[in-house]
Amino acid sequence: MADIAVQTKGQTPSVEGATKPANALDARLSALSLPQGGFALARRDALSRLQDMGLPGSRDEYWRYTDPRPFNAPEATALPVPQEQATPLFETLDRLTLVFVDGVFDEAASDDLALEGVEITTLAKADEANWAADLYGRLEAAGQNPVRRPFATLNTAAAQDGLLIRVTGKPSKPIHVVHRRASDNADAIWHHVIRVEAGAELTLLETGMSGARSNSVIEVDLAEGAAFHHVASKRAVDSRVGIGHIFARVAAKAQFKSFTLSVNGTVMRNEAVIDIAGDDAVAHIAAAVLGDGGKAPFHQDDTVFITHGAERCESRQVFKKVLKNGAQGVFQGKILVKPGAQKTDGYQISQALLLDERSQFLAKPELEIYADDVKCSHGSTTGAIDDEALFYLRSRGVPRERAIVFLVLSFLADALAEIEDEAIRDCIYERLDVWLTLNAVQ
Amino acid sequence: MLKIDNLHVKLEEEDKQILKGLSLEIPAGQVHAIMGPNGSGKSTLSYVLSGRDGYEVTEGSATLDGQSLLDMEPEQRASAGLFLAFQYPVEIPGVGNMTFLRTAVNAQRKARGEAELSSGDFLKLVRAKAAELQISPEMLKRPVNVGFSGGEKKRNEILQMAMLEPRMCIMDETDSGLDVDAMRLVSDGVNALRSPDRSFLVITHYQRLLNHIQPDVVHIMANGRIVKSGGPELALQVEEEGYGDLLAEAG
Ligand SMILES: Nc1ncnc2c1ncn2[C@@H]1O[C@H](COP(=O)(O)OP(=O)(O)OP(=O)(O)O)[C@@H](O)[C@H]1O
Ligand SMILES: [Mg+2]
Repeated sequence: MADIAVQTKGQTPSVEGATKPANALDARLSALSLPQGGFALARRDALSRLQDMGLPGSRDEYWRYTDPRPFNAPEATALPVPQEQATPLFETLDRLTLVFVDGVFDEAASDDLALEGVEITTLAKADEANWAADLYGRLEAAGQNPVRRPFATLNTAAAQDGLLIRVTGKPSKPIHVVHRRASDNADAIWHHVIRVEAGAELTLLETGMSGARSNSVIEVDLAEGAAFHHVASKRAVDSRVGIGHIFARVAAKAQFKSFTLSVNGTVMRNEAVIDIAGDDAVAHIAAAVLGDGGKAPFHQDDTVFITHGAERCESRQVFKKVLKNGAQGVFQGKILVKPGAQKTDGYQISQALLLDERSQFLAKPELEIYADDVKCSHGSTTGAIDDEALFYLRSRGVPRERAIVFLVLSFLADALAEIEDEAIRDCIYERLDVWLTLNAVQ
Repeated sequence: MLKIDNLHVKLEEEDKQILKGLSLEIPAGQVHAIMGPNGSGKSTLSYVLSGRDGYEVTEGSATLDGQSLLDMEPEQRASAGLFLAFQYPVEIPGVGNMTFLRTAVNAQRKARGEAELSSGDFLKLVRAKAAELQISPEMLKRPVNVGFSGGEKKRNEILQMAMLEPRMCIMDETDSGLDVDAMRLVSDGVNALRSPDRSFLVITHYQRLLNHIQPDVVHIMANGRIVKSGGPELALQVEEEGYGDLLAEAG
């Protein structure tokens, strides 16, 4: 068993109850009730892979900007379940609502698992005969190169529940996963597997928070000409910590599009590993982040790895972070263009709007290109509110706070534009407006 | 209505005096024009009056209807009835023209204790006024000033002015960049707003605009001060002779 020394780092918020023992992984594993049900083979494989790789330490380059200790800690730091549960979102849309409480599917609170063109089962009830048995953990395992993502592997080994969704048609409405919290110290671990068959389409909406600490994995396997749209809205009303991974494999002519809105929380890391494997495929990933370090420290990290392995494919990364009261935002984004992936069109932008001088944005954009006929660009900027625009709005009578809300929305616009469906985009805009107005900057 | 007395303004960041004892009074219902060489401080005057950051008033006063403007926030000045049509209107991507305009109209109404306009009433009003200025419904939907041509931006400023119905309108080179037809549209828009209890301060380099919007008084500004005031004939004189003799005469 690997001995991992976990050391302290000064730059990220310290978290009570962080691990000290040398055998952090042992401590971490003993706190999990292994094995969980379903897909025993894949879980056993994940456990042995995890034991080989260990948990990240402070010298891990991949964790340079974010302190892994909150995720290494054996137990979640208890947080009282807030009075204010996530207010319903997407209520105006026709959708199939599936509820998870602290990472576990709540059948009674959910719609029936029935949607035309879609087959849905839950991970907790799945057996080896399930279509997803072969797929569970496979994209996660493939996504361990060239960097280790041990928390995703831990998830595969220990996930309590999740959805196994196989799409064969074009369902009439989106699937909406609603997360809720019930217990103060739940360590929620869930894992979805989504397979969209050739020419089929799915829109997945996600809202709310599970657990005092959460660890999620979504594996998305897109067959030729399939389309997958993902829109997530995650607002923490407390100082919770969470890590999430999306692993996607995109076949020829398929489309993968994911947008996440993250608001507050203490330490949040979202990783996306996208393998563009077939010609003429498209992968877009975007995020809008609002971080307020006022009540609790805020540290949010987006880490993206996109591999172009085929010809004439397009990828876009659009990340926008609005940070205030000493909040920290991180973006690590990489585009890898493999030999032969000609006519690749890769675009990446990461931008932060700092609402005060104590907030900080750390960006590490990377391009690695092994084909000669490609178009790739990346950019990263950090800026403040534009005084001229602020004055323009105020000179028309718009109060300062409202003018700043406008300018924040203006800053986020490019990320929000990545949401293709207008009705869904409107819901997100409306919600953002409410949150921004509630949190108006003085 | 607007009374500026011995106004001295320097830049906050550096020791540079821009307005050097400027005095000006515009009674209700009148149109005054300011002409003056580049860099004489015309835009600075309009910014200081509307409350932009970065300037320090070292002496003097400016009042609107007897109320001191200089202590108010920009949005308070707007609600008090002051409006500045910018020399360079600002682009704000991602914020719809209509949303912005409705927020501005209703914020001002609220600040004055008036009822807010319903979206239906607002829509009717803005469509009618936009049509008069030949601003297409498609332009109304676009983000504020984004992708607008120079002339379209200026027309959009006048649309905002028409919607906000200010009592004191300052227009900073609204005519620059306008083609002949747009100049007429903008002038008609301004003339339609003329009324006994609304005043205008029109900053311009060209006499031509003043053929359309007839001023009561023309001021010549140089080096941070009004150096000469007169009737519309002063503008004709500037057009024909330039500033040389005028400034020499003023010393
Ligand atoms: N923020 C600033 N920093 C430095 N100099 C400034 C600033 N604002 C104004 N000035 C200077 O003050 C002077 C007056 O500028 P202002 O823009 O008011 O002139 P103007 O009369 O409007 O000129 P124009 O006719 O070219 O529009 C100029 O010399 C300008 O360079
Ligand atoms: Mg000027």
